Amino acid sequence: MSRQPLPPWVDIGLIPIVNVLLAFVVVGLIVLAVGVNPFTAVRIMVTGAVGYPEAIGYTLYYTTNFIFTGLAVALAFHAGLFNIGGEGQAYIGGLGVGLVLLAFDSSLPALPLMALAVLAAAVFGAAWAAVPAWLQAWRGSHIVITTIMFNFIAAAVMVYLMVNVLIAPGSMSPESREIAASGHLPFVHELLAMAGITMGQSPLNLSIVWAALCCVFVWVFLWHTPWGFELRTMGHNPSAAIYAGVDIRRMTVLAMCLSGALAGFVGVNEIMGVHHRLILNFTAGYGFAGIAVALMGRNHPVGIVLASLLFGMLQQGGAELSFEIPAITREMVVVIQGLIILFCGALANLTKPAFERLFAVLRTRSTRAQASAAEA
Amino acid sequence: MKTLTRSGLCGIAAACIAGIAQAADIKPAVVFDMGGKFDKSFNEGVNNGVERFKAETRMTVAEFEVTNETQFEQAHRRFAQRGQDPILGVGFTQANAVEKVAKEFPKIRFTVIDGVVKLPNVQSVLFKEHEGSFLVGVLAALASRSGKVGFVGGMDIPLIRRFACGYEQGVKYANPKAELLQNMTGTTPAAWNDPGRGAELAKGQFERGADVIYAAAGATGIGVYQAAKDRGKLAIGVDSNQNHLHPGTMLTSMVKRVDVVAYDTFKLAMGGTWTPGVTVLGLKDGGVDWALDKNNAALVTPEMKARVEAAKADIIAGKITVHDYMSNNACAY
Amino acid sequence: MPETSPPAIELRSIDKSFGAVRANRDVSLQVARGSITGIIGENGAGKSTLMSILYGLYEADSGEIYVDGRRVRIRSPRDAIASGIGMVHQHFMLIDTFTVLENVVLGAEAGPVLRPSLAAARRELDRLGRDYGLRVDPDAIVGTLPVSEQQRVEILKVLYRGARILILDEPSAVLTPQETEQLFRILQALRARGATVILITHKLREIMAVTDMVHVMRHGQVVAERRTAETSSAELAELMVGRKVRLALDKTAPQAGTPVLRARSIGLRDSRGVRLLDGIDLDLRAGEIVGIAGVSGNGQSELLEVLAGIRAPSDGSLAIGERVIDAAHPADPAEMRALGLAHVPEDRHRYAMVAPFAANETAILGYHNEAPFSGTCLLHHRAMVGHCAELMDGYDVRPRQPALRSSSFSGGNQQKLILAREIATRPRILLVGQPTRGVDIGAIEFIHRQLVAARDAGCAILVVSVELDEVMALADRILVMFGGRIVGEVAGDAADERTLGLMMANVWKPGET
Repeated sequence: MSRQPLPPWVDIGLIPIVNVLLAFVVVGLIVLAVGVNPFTAVRIMVTGAVGYPEAIGYTLYYTTNFIFTGLAVALAFHAGLFNIGGEGQAYIGGLGVGLVLLAFDSSLPALPLMALAVLAAAVFGAAWAAVPAWLQAWRGSHIVITTIMFNFIAAAVMVYLMVNVLIAPGSMSPESREIAASGHLPFVHELLAMAGITMGQSPLNLSIVWAALCCVFVWVFLWHTPWGFELRTMGHNPSAAIYAGVDIRRMTVLAMCLSGALAGFVGVNEIMGVHHRLILNFTAGYGFAGIAVALMGRNHPVGIVLASLLFGMLQQGGAELSFEIPAITREMVVVIQGLIILFCGALANLTKPAFERLFAVLRTRSTRAQASAAEA
Repeated sequence: MKTLTRSGLCGIAAACIAGIAQAADIKPAVVFDMGGKFDKSFNEGVNNGVERFKAETRMTVAEFEVTNETQFEQAHRRFAQRGQDPILGVGFTQANAVEKVAKEFPKIRFTVIDGVVKLPNVQSVLFKEHEGSFLVGVLAALASRSGKVGFVGGMDIPLIRRFACGYEQGVKYANPKAELLQNMTGTTPAAWNDPGRGAELAKGQFERGADVIYAAAGATGIGVYQAAKDRGKLAIGVDSNQNHLHPGTMLTSMVKRVDVVAYDTFKLAMGGTWTPGVTVLGLKDGGVDWALDKNNAALVTPEMKARVEAAKADIIAGKITVHDYMSNNACAY
Repeated sequence: MPETSPPAIELRSIDKSFGAVRANRDVSLQVARGSITGIIGENGAGKSTLMSILYGLYEADSGEIYVDGRRVRIRSPRDAIASGIGMVHQHFMLIDTFTVLENVVLGAEAGPVLRPSLAAARRELDRLGRDYGLRVDPDAIVGTLPVSEQQRVEILKVLYRGARILILDEPSAVLTPQETEQLFRILQALRARGATVILITHKLREIMAVTDMVHVMRHGQVVAERRTAETSSAELAELMVGRKVRLALDKTAPQAGTPVLRARSIGLRDSRGVRLLDGIDLDLRAGEIVGIAGVSGNGQSELLEVLAGIRAPSDGSLAIGERVIDAAHPADPAEMRALGLAHVPEDRHRYAMVAPFAANETAILGYHNEAPFSGTCLLHHRAMVGHCAELMDGYDVRPRQPALRSSSFSGGNQQKLILAREIATRPRILLVGQPTRGVDIGAIEFIHRQLVAARDAGCAILVVSVELDEVMALADRILVMFGGRIVGEVAGDAADERTLGLMMANVWKPGET
């Protein structure tokens, strides 16, 4: 049997669609098992994710976070570093945003204030990633272990600060005071309202534009600058990087700092964009989901945007599903999300051999048909 | 005790009985906290109240369990848009979301537990956990032979420090020489649901000489209670009456009647007698209390019971003031 | 070889494609029982693919395989072993920390309890050792054995599994000439006992020395089949490349100038303190090629790494112009490049290229910060592609596609591209490790001529190679390394293979008899 390569439209078009359909079949069976009509469930999930403006707003709001953490993981991955610390870096990045906004929201005008907050997110996130990077580069501590540890340290630092230092006086819960309006990143529905378009309220804010710019930045950096060239060389072949004169230690720190800065931008979306005050647990697992996003997006900005959209849709559609159908608990929603990610990501090549066989048979038939036609 | 609580809570509303007579058609909804409605503790208490309401009235209650903080606002708004009324928000983390959405929907009634939202269509219900904790602290000090008692908290937040601080005052009140060992389980929400870590912390405190431990840690407490049973030491439950978990080693439970709040919110709304405002439920109102039932009757001697009841009466009468950690974010009394 | 008995192996019309590349095209050949049959061809001619099909590592797209006249389907190495076929790989598949006995038994245990298997294997090893002269201490730890003995363990492993047909893939690559002779004696003993041996190699000398029959492959096809006794090296070489080649290199006498690199008492210790290099003195003069001969693992790789700035010397110093490099003042490869030193590493996959990179990216590796490839902060893609196309034209790199993945080029073309990259910078010093490892004959000749041309242009060149022929053909001076030291120096035109071989094994020094 000859294994000819599949036509591109099958490889990147048909197979993913079949995978998604397969995922929905399995999901449908599970949904059926709890006595819910699977078609209703799918319809709710899809309309819940993209069916009306607010839903799209929520989906894109989640997408924004996934893009930041997905890019963070991908950039480190190109350098051969497995950054599991996106969660902590996002947390500390958010702390940076919050500190800047709380300190200057009464003294600075909106634009410089926001620019400073974005910068703070990058610096704080980068600093949090720099320590594990330094430990790996100079002390040989494995970065997977140290970044995981730093997630816990970040959580502890945040709780300490929120409970003891930054808590609003007289507040019941560990939250800072609300940030003044000059430190609120405009919501997309507000901007649309100014343009005369009404859109329901959603947490979608201008961070998504920043996320798009970050995608472009990562693409340019990795593939069009000498630093990106060195970074990728190190990731694919550290020996070749040494040969090429790359300072492996400095590059490790640089790659992790950029990765941490990208993760830190989750704080821009959450603190400056949505909550407008420092709170606990705003990272909600986006840092870890970023690993799956990056893997599924094949560590390329375009792939990451697509994967983030899928994750965003699943997050929003899933919430809507358990909202509309109480029989589907949030734990089941996680199962459903997991199955779809499994089929689209990890099992992406599941159906490939079958397609290869099918196309080989089709080819042989058409060759035979042509041959017999020629004979006739 | 139930009658006591019920009568206390009826103080919230003008007249329960009258309300039921003219039952309005309501569409109640509840938004649970991150812990989920089966957390064996706080959310589950609310869920029990909701279930009781559903069973009695045969009405449906829409419900939602969030998976991240942003969903609080989303859930409240979606419920409000669908015309659900009243909407119950469980937990202090929902206060901001309720505040935003309640402003957008001034006609819809919201109740928030453990948080304060000062709006004309919001009822805020708070509990004086420190008072209840004081009582179980007194009991712990009296039951301890070693003079060392322990506290295992969940996530290290002001609310849990309020529990700890009230407990500490109770312990010192009953035995000024008693020593208190304190541990928080963690700094992330995972600390609410880590029985293994709970058991570890409890064992650590037992090793250091403690013989009674009070756990205010959600499902993490399950591990603490199990460790106490395994060692033949005593443990104190929280939120719901958890005495039945291990009869013989559960000294008592600090009950916080969130189930009654949930039930009453819907019941009062049904009767048209729901009122906004801030309600603080303490010992006086039966919102918090210590639990004595057949499961722990053997552990509580008549003298102990007398001391605790005396302290309770003194608190209600205002002779003892239990310091609230959250009033100044410090446990100085 | 009576005509009546069926051949041990018969392949009929084997076809195998990888994507658009047809690795084997309608290959048919027969291997007589009890013979040593050679398969020779350039890199990429399809020898290894064909043997991988026979051993079940790949499945043929079409074609048939017969073993002893019976048609067999071989879908995995397990099937191959069941049919009596065994393979000794170029890279040993041994576990260093196990004993010889354990390695032999691994994967062929007779049951869940190891002891009876080991006892039986010990008896069997003893018998094989007596029969074939394959003596190895069964209780020695494999990692402590010299390479030639590890190879014997590989052969024993295959025989222990009942193989009657042995495939050896480039077995002499890691051996000294003397060890190769020993290997050939073992192969002859195997043949005498009725075993069939298939020898894959690109070394004509070995084919001529030991085989009975030889099949020549080119572009995925078997282009010729000869009785070894009736052919010559020259004819085989011509058949391999499809044209006449010169094995010897015409070169003029060197015009050696002033030393541009001086190494004095260079020593290197690893992290455990083991001496890898010891007291190396070396002068490289402009306009000469210095060759380093030695069996792999005697310090040549480390010497190249120290000279290239990849590792800092532990002792001694290195002077290039005014710059003196020692343990306290190391230089990294980037600084070495700035000093005019270019380096073609021994292991190109490990050091000189990045497999998934486009060829034009590999073509600027190490020079990526320099104009015209790099501006203030962006890479100039057009300049990179143009530069790569120029290198490809100049060095006949095929296919001429700067955007193609580096790993999609054959070994020879990768090597030509890397050599082109390094020579194009007109270095004052050029270090070349294994200039033609895995490179076919046509390209070898080309590469050698380029190196001589660079020498004639005044470049000081150091060549490290395990191929004696190559060192002898290229070098104006030959240094022999053994155990991290330079044990002898011979003028290029005065060197002969036997003397060098003995020096490499450190049993003979110039001046001794």
